[in-house]
Amino acid sequence: MTELIHTYWLYFLVGPYPNGPLGGLALTLLLASLALLLGMPIGVLLGIARVSPYPALRWPVTALMFIVRGTPLLMVVFWAYFFLPSVTGHKTDKFTTMLIALVIFSGVYLAEIVRAGIHGVPKGQVECARSLGLGHWRTLRFVILPQALRAMLPSLLNQFVLTLKETSLGYIIGLTDVAFIATQINTLVFTKPAEVYAILGLTYFLLCFGLSRCAQWIDRRHTHVIKSARHDPI
Amino acid sequence: MIQFENVNKWYGTYHALVDVTETVTQGEVVVVCGPSGSGKSTLIRTINRLESIQSGTIHVDGRNIHARDMRLNEFRSRIGFVFQQFNLFPHLTVLENCTLAPLQLQGLTSAQANERALALLDRVGLAHKANAWPANLSGGQQQRVAIARALAMQPPLMLFDEPTSALDPEMVGEVLAVMRGLARDGMTMVCVTHEMGFAREVADRILFMDQGKVLERATPDEFFSRPQHPRAQQFLADIRTPFATA
Repeated sequence: MTELIHTYWLYFLVGPYPNGPLGGLALTLLLASLALLLGMPIGVLLGIARVSPYPALRWPVTALMFIVRGTPLLMVVFWAYFFLPSVTGHKTDKFTTMLIALVIFSGVYLAEIVRAGIHGVPKGQVECARSLGLGHWRTLRFVILPQALRAMLPSLLNQFVLTLKETSLGYIIGLTDVAFIATQINTLVFTKPAEVYAILGLTYFLLCFGLSRCAQWIDRRHTHVIKSARHDPI
Repeated sequence: MIQFENVNKWYGTYHALVDVTETVTQGEVVVVCGPSGSGKSTLIRTINRLESIQSGTIHVDGRNIHARDMRLNEFRSRIGFVFQQFNLFPHLTVLENCTLAPLQLQGLTSAQANERALALLDRVGLAHKANAWPANLSGGQQQRVAIARALAMQPPLMLFDEPTSALDPEMVGEVLAVMRGLARDGMTMVCVTHEMGFAREVADRILFMDQGKVLERATPDEFFSRPQHPRAQQFLADIRTPFATA
């Protein structure tokens, strides 16, 4: 196992880079981070649209969410891979393709979390903000979202963990992410599949575990605020 | 200042407000009392359109509040509303609770907003808690902050929806003292409350409601010594001897 790591660690980490495109763990992390970075604002926007008082905003988003939620991620990846070029007219590279699929997919799931978070804020908070004269947007922006996002933190991190793991589906379109590289290494070494995939599994596990611990830490730091929200009589 | 004309409200088939016609004049302190479920809270919540009505009209400051060209947010910003459950914003400090609306809606600089908020917090006796979190305050303190927050928009009219009903008994006094001060300064107030001592002392007029109807309107003196309507007589008898069985 040490020999395996010794020989292939660089390949595992960055793929064929610098002699080829970036791949391996670095690509996986880059993809996951970008998917989260872009998915989060989209999730918040979609979530807000879902609770919007304007049907013109609410209905298309609701339809999109039902479609995406009723579809496996693999399908979304295929759409992005085969369907998107036929619309835009030129081929999207694999990384962007996978990124688009992940952003749509995680955005929709994040939106549901955001919606639940918004609904979880006590009704009295909304009534109070509105009776001060704050409009729909200001109420969302200054009163509801700050409370909702904090309460949603554990669910958000959970979604981030899922997204991180889902990057491995990039394998299917030949994206040289860490799972793809591991398969390559397995082909090269040929005799040690158990070790290769154990290392791959351990890598995913450590990343996800780290993220979960991170969530707990952040959660604990914000406890005073969240606790106060929960202890407010409703 | 407020005119109700034949106001009716239904929740489904339940008739929550029945032909309410009332007037509250400038500077008046009106206490609305009555048994629970009588429509008092519903009535006060129709004034700033937290509750809709199905028929009738409500005018505030001479304007029909259901008019099409009504600018609801601006209208609401000129009515202070104090809730039973305080509803302080838990993610903001006491000071930020009091400066949010003035900063956003009246274009104050943060120095101006802070100055105004601190003056009001001082008035309710909580200037020293300006940087505290709502969760670290007692119920009475939270409600006093809620009053300061409502006053921060400098409204000419204040509505109180059972402001002391969620408080421990020993905290009721501090909140009523603030409200008494407001009344003394000439604020127009409509208060839904069960605090009959407060009503007797501060109110200019008492409205007694039951089953969505205003059954009696009288000065505190008349109301407490010579209630006219049998239901009001019963209500007063019940609250004076809470342990007596019928």
